Amino acid sequence: MQSLTTSAANHALEGLAPPAQVLESDVLAGECFHCGTPLRGADFSSQGKSFCCRGCLTVFELLTENGLADFYRFGRAAGVRAKAVPKEEEFSYLDDPVLRRRLVDFADARMTRVTFRVPSVHCIACVWLLENLFRLKPGIGYSRVNFPRREVFITFENAGVKLSEVVALLTSLGYAPDFNLSDLEERPRFPVSRRLWLQLGVAGFAFGNIMLLSISSYLGLDAFSGPGLRKMFGYISLALAAPAVIYSAADYWRAAWLAVRRRIITIDVPIAVGIAALTGWSATEVFTNRGPAYFDSLTGLLFFLLCGRMFQQKTYDRLAFDRDFKSFFPLSILRKSARGEERISLEQLRAADRLIIRNGELIPSDSRLVSGPAMIDYSFVTGESEPVAKVAEDHIYAGGRQIGGAIEIETVKEVSQSYLTSLWNQETFSKEKNGTIHTLTDRYSRRFTRIVLAVAVGAALFWAWRDSTRALGAFVAVLIVACPCALALAAPFTLGAAQRILARRKVFVKNPSVIETLARVDTVVFDKTGTLTAPGAGAIVFWGEPLDTDEQGRIRSLAQHSTHPLAARIAQSLQGEQPAQPVRSFSETAGCGIEGIVAGHELWMGSAEWLRSRNVAPPGAPAASGSVVHVAVNGHYRGRYTLTDALRPEADKLIRKLSAACHLALLSGDNEKERARFEDLFGAAGRLHFNQSPRHKLNFIRDLQAPGRTVMMVGDGLNDAGALKQSDVGVAVVESIGAFSPASDVIMSASMVPRLHEVLRFAKSSVRVVRLSFLISALYNLVGISIAARGLLSPVVCAILMPLSSVTVVACACGLTAWHGGRLDVATSLNEGTRP
Amino acid sequence: MIVIFLLIPLSIMTAAIFLAGFIWAVRSGQYEDTCTPSLRPLMDENTKKDEKAKE
Repeated sequence: MQSLTTSAANHALEGLAPPAQVLESDVLAGECFHCGTPLRGADFSSQGKSFCCRGCLTVFELLTENGLADFYRFGRAAGVRAKAVPKEEEFSYLDDPVLRRRLVDFADARMTRVTFRVPSVHCIACVWLLENLFRLKPGIGYSRVNFPRREVFITFENAGVKLSEVVALLTSLGYAPDFNLSDLEERPRFPVSRRLWLQLGVAGFAFGNIMLLSISSYLGLDAFSGPGLRKMFGYISLALAAPAVIYSAADYWRAAWLAVRRRIITIDVPIAVGIAALTGWSATEVFTNRGPAYFDSLTGLLFFLLCGRMFQQKTYDRLAFDRDFKSFFPLSILRKSARGEERISLEQLRAADRLIIRNGELIPSDSRLVSGPAMIDYSFVTGESEPVAKVAEDHIYAGGRQIGGAIEIETVKEVSQSYLTSLWNQETFSKEKNGTIHTLTDRYSRRFTRIVLAVAVGAALFWAWRDSTRALGAFVAVLIVACPCALALAAPFTLGAAQRILARRKVFVKNPSVIETLARVDTVVFDKTGTLTAPGAGAIVFWGEPLDTDEQGRIRSLAQHSTHPLAARIAQSLQGEQPAQPVRSFSETAGCGIEGIVAGHELWMGSAEWLRSRNVAPPGAPAASGSVVHVAVNGHYRGRYTLTDALRPEADKLIRKLSAACHLALLSGDNEKERARFEDLFGAAGRLHFNQSPRHKLNFIRDLQAPGRTVMMVGDGLNDAGALKQSDVGVAVVESIGAFSPASDVIMSASMVPRLHEVLRFAKSSVRVVRLSFLISALYNLVGISIAARGLLSPVVCAILMPLSSVTVVACACGLTAWHGGRLDVATSLNEGTRP
Repeated sequence: MIVIFLLIPLSIMTAAIFLAGFIWAVRSGQYEDTCTPSLRPLMDENTKKDEKAKE
């Protein structure tokens, strides 16, 4: 549940990086004392404890020196692995007055208050450490953590500490604050929920007190006292209800007014009409001295409605994960100027700036390569996982990621005009989907409102003919009793409960209406990489004369020196007992291969063309699918590695189950190497498309939608962000929740992918529960209206009927959804049981 | 029964004081995070025990 709100530019990068942690088979015994990462040999130790990296060791020493060793008593391996010990000047751009003013909450001459989002806060030890920051650095005053929001609030003295130092300290501890461009835009000072709490409090106060007064009048107040008391009770109730009607119901008034102005009927309209009828009629009764009238029903109604809203808000708060493309980009960039290198914020970036891009950093805007051979990974933009080699003077598009050494580039355009931004700014990306689809509740309420109005008018006409004094009373009574409180509660409670149940299984749904859409899905489109195939988990096979352990060790030693994803995977697959050997005269030719001398043997690893250019002839073209790396030792051909992406376990079963109910399609940015395998998997009905750019994917989805299909797109959310947004339900599959989550309707842990069909089925049952709740509330309304239309509605009947209907509907909604959720659980555990 | 005319305003005033308390609590941000404060007592105790142990 936690880390939906979590992403940082650097986290994002980590999520993108070729996963170094996937192969866990080579884990040596033991784990890091600080962060629990399994140790892999070359570890660091201090005071008899082992650590996985220098960063963890440093944090451990820092904590023990400052008397914060308690940190380790809150839980085993409670720490967070710090990516790297940051350099002080790395954050110096934060001290820029303009940027600083936008980031801090408050600052005067002496003190500064600032709130950071810290996604990596995950346990009580983190909270404790962050609240004891003052012990680590003099000058930091008070720090408080808001755990559910993953925020830390810090005050510090301007004299002793700089903002950049605070950030550097947090980063060195592993709690890197989440900065991105959207931080620099205005954010609301106070969350919406504070206002909702107040509205709820006022409504509850009025409800409770009016109820006390009303009960006495239901039980025959006049028997003991004169009419004076009844009059007083009436006026007190009116006085208590007034703030509830004016303040607590304010949102309903506003929403209903908006709906009326736009000439549509939403659920807010009948609610507002009901509240207005209740208020007007009750006030009339009070002024004509007939007692406290319906004020108890009125305030009770408001109270229940606001409880429903609060539930919805709470669910939404926990799962909020709206984010725009800007969070992909780093906040700062290293600029080379006449005065040397300086860190600037992305906002200050201008055309024709010289930038230094280090390994793993994103190209922030369209640029020209000035120096250094570059290997650009465009998986962000094109979906092709193999990096592209670039030489000086080449044009580099924004969104690429440099792999290897540092390069120097000159920007051609400013950030806001670049290719990636324009791709993201396409109309589909900014379109609000909720504006176009009508939610279940709204569709029902339209029908409902018409029927109620017809019945009310009918009743009024009937009584006008029979007994004209009762016409108005019957008309208002129908409006009062038909106020669709239960109807309004059914969907938020059912879908909110469904959202929570899914979130517990690591499927995070953006908002309740997404569940409604999920239930209607009839076409499922998969993006290959990262969804059906698991990155890095594939087979690595060596073809040729088998290698002995010495040779394997030498190949590993060489491959380790390269950051190329293929080399990294080969090196990982060969992780063995022998220590890495030193490599002499290592060189890497971008796009070709790597070479070096290990233990007296000269090793070449790379593409066939490259080896051919060195007079080593690899045998005929390989038939196997996947990427190929050829190996030559001392100028003689030795063999080749083939690397394939493996299908996720149970992917075949999933496809089989889904194809029974939905149309299926596969999109891939990769080439057609693996077409045959997926044709087997998807069968004849599946549509397979390879070599798809993000724009192709987007258009494909649009074409599917044209004949009215409801399309679900499942992707990793990087190179198919456009398609995710265009589809009716965009599902982003992430390997580790909390590392990185792109803009989408649903974020799903990779482990849940094989159970996608169960998620769809659960969504369908949830919507059925909503429909059932509507039916129950309609039955109650039928009873109420039939009483009201006969002119028999009394305050007591109203006071019993309205809360009763709400409570039944809520109980039924939550209970049934939990039951369906339980079935999801059973199915899940069965699946786990059968897995080898 | 005349005493009712006194008691009811009194009771409502008492309730209003509680309402005012609630409004103050919401405005001072106590409802923003209902989770972390529940963790703090556990941590304080831990540290205190430690200090005692050192003494």
